[in-house]
Amino acid sequence: MRSLLKYLKGYKVESVIAPLFKMLEASFELIVPLITARIIDIGIADRDKSFILHQCIILVLLGVVGLICSLTAQYFAAKSSMGMGANIRKAMYHHVNTFSYEELDLIKPSTLINRITGDVNQVQNGVNLFLRLFMRAPFIVIGAIFMASTISLRLTGIFLLAMILIGTSIFLIVKITVKLYTKVQEHFDAIVLHTRESYSGARVIRAFHKERKEQEAFKEEGELLNRFQIQSGRISALLNPLTTSITNIGIISLLILGGKEVYRGALSQGEVVALINYMSQILLALLILVNLVVSITKALASGKRVAEVLALQPRMQEGKETTGLGKAEGISFKGVSFSYPNSDETAIENVEFSIPRGETIGIIGGTGAGKTTLINLIPRLYDATKGEVLLDGRKVQEYTYKRLRARVSIVPQRSVLFSGTIRENMQWRKESASDEEIWEALEIAQAKEFVMEKQEGLDGIVQGGGRNFSGGQRQRLCIARALIGKPDILILDDSASALDYATDAALRKALRRVGKELTTIIVSQRVASIKHGDVIFVMDEGRIQDIGNHEELRRTSEIYQELCRTQLGKGEAL
Amino acid sequence: MRGKRIQSLLKPFRIPICLMILFSCIFVGTTLYTPILIGKGVDHIFGPGQVDFPGLSKIVILYLVTIGVAALSQWFIGLLTNHITYNITKNLRNDAFAHMEKLPMEYLDQHQPGEIISRIVTDVEQFGDGLLMGFTQLFTGILTIVGTLLFMLLLNPKITLLVVMITPVSFLFAGLVARKTYFLFKDQSKSRGELTAFTEEMIGNQHVVKAFSREEKNETIFNQINEKLRKVSVSGTFFSSVVNPGTRFVNGLVFTGVCIYGAFVVMRGGISVGELVSFMNYANQYTKPFNEISGVVTEFQNALACIGRVFDFLDEDVVKPDGSEAKILTNIEGEIEFEKVAFSYVKEKEFIKDLDFLAEPGERIALVGPTGCGKTTLINLLMRFYEIDEGKIYIDQQDTKEIKRGALRESFGMVLQDTWLKSGTIAENIGYGKEGATEEEIINAAKLARAHSFIQKMPRKYDTLISMNEENLSQGQKQLLSIARVFLAKPPMLILDEATSSIDTLTEIRVQRALEELMKGRTSIVVAHRLSTIENADKILVMNKGNIVETGRHNELLRKDGFYAKLYNSQFVVE
Repeated sequence: MRSLLKYLKGYKVESVIAPLFKMLEASFELIVPLITARIIDIGIADRDKSFILHQCIILVLLGVVGLICSLTAQYFAAKSSMGMGANIRKAMYHHVNTFSYEELDLIKPSTLINRITGDVNQVQNGVNLFLRLFMRAPFIVIGAIFMASTISLRLTGIFLLAMILIGTSIFLIVKITVKLYTKVQEHFDAIVLHTRESYSGARVIRAFHKERKEQEAFKEEGELLNRFQIQSGRISALLNPLTTSITNIGIISLLILGGKEVYRGALSQGEVVALINYMSQILLALLILVNLVVSITKALASGKRVAEVLALQPRMQEGKETTGLGKAEGISFKGVSFSYPNSDETAIENVEFSIPRGETIGIIGGTGAGKTTLINLIPRLYDATKGEVLLDGRKVQEYTYKRLRARVSIVPQRSVLFSGTIRENMQWRKESASDEEIWEALEIAQAKEFVMEKQEGLDGIVQGGGRNFSGGQRQRLCIARALIGKPDILILDDSASALDYATDAALRKALRRVGKELTTIIVSQRVASIKHGDVIFVMDEGRIQDIGNHEELRRTSEIYQELCRTQLGKGEAL
Repeated sequence: MRGKRIQSLLKPFRIPICLMILFSCIFVGTTLYTPILIGKGVDHIFGPGQVDFPGLSKIVILYLVTIGVAALSQWFIGLLTNHITYNITKNLRNDAFAHMEKLPMEYLDQHQPGEIISRIVTDVEQFGDGLLMGFTQLFTGILTIVGTLLFMLLLNPKITLLVVMITPVSFLFAGLVARKTYFLFKDQSKSRGELTAFTEEMIGNQHVVKAFSREEKNETIFNQINEKLRKVSVSGTFFSSVVNPGTRFVNGLVFTGVCIYGAFVVMRGGISVGELVSFMNYANQYTKPFNEISGVVTEFQNALACIGRVFDFLDEDVVKPDGSEAKILTNIEGEIEFEKVAFSYVKEKEFIKDLDFLAEPGERIALVGPTGCGKTTLINLLMRFYEIDEGKIYIDQQDTKEIKRGALRESFGMVLQDTWLKSGTIAENIGYGKEGATEEEIINAAKLARAHSFIQKMPRKYDTLISMNEENLSQGQKQLLSIARVFLAKPPMLILDEATSSIDTLTEIRVQRALEELMKGRTSIVVAHRLSTIENADKILVMNKGNIVETGRHNELLRKDGFYAKLYNSQFVVE
């Protein structure tokens, strides 16, 4: 949390002024009981009307100054806390942008979203409350006790005792409630999970005719949640009655002992009233503190999560080069191994090959064979653990990210479109892409037809994630998007899986026509999708087991034979 | 309308609610009595040598009793609100969940999971919090105001009048601020929503963003939104925090007024010093409930919005329940027949029309066709996840509309592409297929599904916990589990949706063999992607745009040289 303090940059003065003014206001508030005591003891006792009026003018003045102080404090608190929040968000977003896939594996995007939005929000609200109130409450408590001691040193003990008792009971109750509350939260999460599962599994649940049973299970979980809610509620409901009672007992003690003091002549009637007022002020301040402690604890926890993200340093460093060496054109892997962070297993091991420019490469293998890992190394989404990946004779590490990724265009497995228009989506790789270029790409990607069918054409709306398109349409749009800006290398990572065979075939045909310059790498689990490649890599357990074209592999590669047998049927495999 | 429904929700809790109201009255009464007691106490402490100790002890005892009663009643109020709130939310949640189980598949398909979870969980919870917690606050708040006025009136009507006269200033001020902050908050939450949406979309797909090196552009957009949010946040936060000091100031004015006027009245002998002290106390806490009440109102509105959404959800039409004469199926042969079936997802756009086909008992039917041709729809109709518009579907010559849905569905074993597993152990997941299945039966089913060997390798074998997004299980292994589930249920008919991809070779062979085993002797409808499945089918239904365009065996259809042949060629033959 401390590391976040630097984001108060530009708001240092404000963040000091805010609590200072707040304390100022509090001290005015502490004077009020003294004045009422004087009104009673001097004004009323001496029947001095002008004295009373004087005192009341002081009261009003105190109020006005207090209000001004308070508003100043609130404003500066708001300014510095919200400014700090904005600073943190900005820094976080920038920082996350420097993450490579490796870091994104360590902190998942869903987590990052929560931290940038929810957690930073908690932090800024926490800071705001802290600046405004956190200093005020202890100040009032200590101040009230101090003022009381100036009135009567002998009765200060009652205040100290009351403060300790109230403090302890607040501490205990909050502690127990927090503990119970985590239990409540657990059961609450279970309810959410159950609902989510019952939604996503609705077909299966109905197919097995288990609706009733799911309902029973849900009810049981609800019953459990209910029990813990009531249990924790029972304890937290004690807080107010208990603390108020302690304060009232304190007041009673003041009446009795104060009465004795007055009898002795050591204290006046008005002073007893002032003491009673101080006692009430202590209770109010402590209760505000309780709410505050809860919010601040939340903010601290959030702050920790935020700091964690900011502390994570990307391992990769960006290169500076924009052009290749020109000698050896194409992609080559030299003794490349890779293992994912926090994993002992190597995802790919000792991979060695080179692809000349303009070829079509097929990569086939089962799940976990290392296909995606391999192709992710080419645009440097990960860095190889061992060995070298070269593009046009230069290590990929030496290129700038922008240049490298402009040349290597990848269509990821999960087809994602962004909210906006089709045109905006198509311009992701090249902002200045003309409609003509876009239509051309759409045509190659077999997407022209359905885009044209849309009334708005390229202005057609894409909803978040592209959910207003079918899986196959989405994939085709993603392929089109990757084609724009004339990449040198196009990688299709199992990104035609939702296409039917006819469309898939047409797509491959069109891609071959794009030009001799384009190197195409097709990753798939379907033999049909890669069998036309100039070279096919058969991958298994992180290694390239066999290399060759379809005909060769069918003769020599056992794994490939097996794949053909299951996928292509008897006729083909013979 | 809505009010009535909320009333009916509260109805079972009449007694606790009455008790709560009773205790609230006691609580407010006793709490408001304490300033009077303090005042009286002060009156007994007049000056040196002038302290009425016996009178003081009487007050003290009364005081002790009063705060005891106040504390107890406050605790009871807390317990009662908890009881009422948590039980109402529990009941409502159960109703909403039960309702979800009865909603047509259509509704579920059209709504996001987040939306439905919101209805069943979040909205219900917020309603409970807002309405009931709000209610107690509102009720005690109003009671406190009325009570304070009453007590003050009893002490001295003139000073009370003074207090009441200054109060509207406080209202006016709070109202002004409230209106201003309402708009500012709206701006703020709009900006925040914008920022969240952007972050969710971009960071959520950061992998793509990186692959396209779109970081800089995104950062520029983010910073713009962020700066806008900062600006509105500062003013929103500031204005909302103005309310407290503002009302405190007005309060201070009231207090001062009471001081001056009260002191004069004391001098005239109208009231005692102690009574003035009581007045000061009242003046101090008099406006506090106003603050709380204004907070409660927004909470109320939110709660009403929430319950409105929950009610809307509960009002969604459920599927028509099975008729009282609906039958169950016994000794199923497995004959399936579609007769002139018509169906459309959207009223104006007819999709399936005049669809006919017959599956003899034990036959294997392969559904083939391009994406969106209606294969999945056919399954939806057969299982009655969606209801047909026209025509008839028969199982063993029985109209499926006359069969209980549960019985109909149980007669099919279903293995879908997207495997659904629930959180729980592996054994529980397989056991889902049959109520009260023994361990032996479960292991047996797993063996038949070729899942036993990988389960044995799991850390806790059959007791290994798995969940929906289980990462330790591959797609293929999940499928094997769902096949085992069907093996256990032993249904007479099967519906299979073959996986297009994402299965590793070895598992795929296992899945193939397991399915082969499963289909033996059962009428099976298979959405086929694999050539071997298609070739082995007794009948292939070639579908396109919602209709069956060709029917026959693989070789027959090839000879026909029609749509199927074209599909086949594009798929398997080198151009």
